[in-house]
Amino acid sequence: MTVGPGPAGDPGLQPERTRLAWRRSLLALTAVTVLTVRLALTGDAAGAVLAGAAVAGWAAALALCWGRAVGSGPVRATSRTMPALALAAAWQATLGVLLALRGLG
Amino acid sequence: MPWTKRIIGCVWETVRRWFDPRELRSVGSTPDYRFSLANERTFLAWLRTGLALVAGGLAAAQFLPPLPLAHLREAIAVALLLLGGTVAVRAVDHWARTERAIRLGEELPASRFPAVLALAVGLGAVLLVIAVLARAIGGR
Repeated sequence: MTVGPGPAGDPGLQPERTRLAWRRSLLALTAVTVLTVRLALTGDAAGAVLAGAAVAGWAAALALCWGRAVGSGPVRATSRTMPALALAAAWQATLGVLLALRGLG
Repeated sequence: MPWTKRIIGCVWETVRRWFDPRELRSVGSTPDYRFSLANERTFLAWLRTGLALVAGGLAAAQFLPPLPLAHLREAIAVALLLLGGTVAVRAVDHWARTERAIRLGEELPASRFPAVLALAVGLGAVLLVIAVLARAIGGR
């Protein structure tokens, strides 16, 4: 095994790769939130409430997962960050279903 | 209704367990942190797969013009959104079961889900190709 530029004993730069994976994931969640907000904002009050719900879910996930993305905190994840991110994704999907069906009613 | 109460209780218990780090740490022995990080990155890759499906559903809902078949646009959007949400939630469950197996030194959990997802996405793509070709040949 060749030793790379990383800390001795971990040539695979595992913590850094994990940090970057978190950044990509939070960026993807942000893009999805932008799409949800764009779909929600149609000028009525219900749309504003749903857009606010989308932004709130995004902000909660970002607040909980920020430490993993910037590498503060322990190397090993506490198991709260992962369900938080997944529930935020499922939350955007749920809002999306409501918004997609809104035009039919 | 007792069975709805039981289902809600079961779901609540599962979600509570996901958020409780002590539950996972109570079994087996702590593995090399690199194994945990690899498991974490696999979870994130699955989550981004789910987010891509959700983004596809949201894009279908707002960027597709109304389709000739009534409500087809909404059906495509809702199918993609539900699939994406399922992928995201299943990713947590699979991550927790894999972490548990690593701690206990057991075989990693096997899953049919990737195959089912691949078949569903492939089938959806084939149906869309047929729809596009039918429209092109039908002269609109």
